[in-house]
Amino acid sequence: MTHANAFKNITKAPTRVQIKWIKAFVFLVCLIPLARLFWLGLADDLSANPIEFVERSTGFWALLILLFTLALTPIKLITGSVWQIQLRRMLGLFMFFYVCLHILTYVWLDYSFDWVDITKDIVKHPYVLVGFTAFILTIPLAVTSNDSMIKRLRGRWKKLHRLVYLIAILGVVHFWWLVKKDISEPLLYALILAVLFGIRLYYKKSSKNPI
Amino acid sequence: MIIQAKSDILSSEITPKVVFENRRDFIQQAGLGLFAASTAILSNPLSAAPLASGTTEGDGRLLGRANARAAFKPNDRRQKILGYTKTSYGAGEKLSPYDDITTYNNFYEFGTDKSEPVINAKLFESSPWTVSIEGEVKKNKTISIDEIFKLAPLEERIYRMRCVEGWSMVIPWVGLPLVQLIKWAEPNANAKYVEFISLADKQQMSGVNIPILDWPYTEGLRMDEAMHPLTIMAVGLYGEQLPNQNGAPMRLVVPWKYGFKGGKSIVKIRFTEKMPLTSWMKAGPSEYGFYANVNPKVEHPRWTQSSEKRIGTGLFAGRIKTQMFNGYTEQVGQMYAGLDLRKNF
Repeated sequence: MTHANAFKNITKAPTRVQIKWIKAFVFLVCLIPLARLFWLGLADDLSANPIEFVERSTGFWALLILLFTLALTPIKLITGSVWQIQLRRMLGLFMFFYVCLHILTYVWLDYSFDWVDITKDIVKHPYVLVGFTAFILTIPLAVTSNDSMIKRLRGRWKKLHRLVYLIAILGVVHFWWLVKKDISEPLLYALILAVLFGIRLYYKKSSKNPI
Repeated sequence: MIIQAKSDILSSEITPKVVFENRRDFIQQAGLGLFAASTAILSNPLSAAPLASGTTEGDGRLLGRANARAAFKPNDRRQKILGYTKTSYGAGEKLSPYDDITTYNNFYEFGTDKSEPVINAKLFESSPWTVSIEGEVKKNKTISIDEIFKLAPLEERIYRMRCVEGWSMVIPWVGLPLVQLIKWAEPNANAKYVEFISLADKQQMSGVNIPILDWPYTEGLRMDEAMHPLTIMAVGLYGEQLPNQNGAPMRLVVPWKYGFKGGKSIVKIRFTEKMPLTSWMKAGPSEYGFYANVNPKVEHPRWTQSSEKRIGTGLFAGRIKTQMFNGYTEQVGQMYAGLDLRKNF
């Protein structure tokens, strides 16, 4: 990869101990959105529509963390730095964590486990169907995220985990279709996603056809 | 004359009185809360920013100006409406909190997030205000908001409001039956529909600069709907003049229809022979119809319409069933006899 050389070694890779600290730090940062919801809940400050607030908030953080997860490889491609790849599993699992909270809020707080109404909502409303599909697809990725599964699945693991691209697209579409009229925000996430995908494609192409 | 009708609602339920009485003290906090809220929006735009409780009790003006005005004319804003009649409408309904009604608003002229209008409408000037009457009328004329206040005895109407997005509130409006205003307007025999046109002031309303809807916001009713005794032109809520974010100085309230039918800050009323094309009909013809009657049996492509979240009931209250015509079938059902409500959604 010729492009990478220019940027390589600008920053020193962190040591093993430093990585541990960085991981602990990222872990705590990823818990802030949850802590914030608890804090606001206790202060009775979750807006006039607290259920919608929690749904929106957990959905937002799931999407944002997913975008961060998908940014790790493009960072590697551009800068040559690889250490941040070690954060990928944790970020992916935090995305799954917030997706689960999102779904739990929906089936419990919003729909009080009324499975008939939930089924109707999923089937009849495209944005819910798309979001639900994305959720289902995250499950196999979370289940196969540990070392033993990586070993056991070998080559197939990588193929399976390519589902994350589809999940990201579905996540953005889910948000886009939910919005009534002002699509500026989902548009922003769609653009970020497009840029991240674009970087990957660009490097993939140029590595196949070296100049 | 003030006629006090019996009401089942405890006064303690209606108003956080302490807050009302001490509202001047809240102004300062409101300013700080506003800053906090706006930074919260910037840092996390997706989740509706929580508003500090102080913000919601602000009195409709920014700090300096409010204080300056207070020196000359105390209680200029959040002015109580004197001499309105209580009615039995909505007896037994638990009112949605004032804070929720005034901080959770769909008023796109002041921003598309429901937490934005309370902030962006602070400086909105709703006085003086005139409404022009035109179209199929004896003659075009205008009426000031002060004259509208005196046109007919004001009444308190406690109505359920169901938003097409699947949430609802119970709001104690103060207003006059729209029929009184229509009588004054003197429509001619050609008038079959009424069009309500909201203000679209680019200077005062930041949202109007963005072509999200076809501005000005336009809504409409069939003549019989407009003249129905349930239909009111609201000029206040909770016994006070309408807050800016709720559509000051006057807005339409049609309780058996989805909330978006209630045009806010109305400046023009036009009588027409043909069915008017409303802003939302133009924006999404498959989603928003002219009638927009609350109907749990007619699905919406986005939101569940068979149940709703009642605002103010908390995180664990779940949903309640949505009622046909928002529970006003007895009063309005006969107007739609023979009309296919699936087609005419």
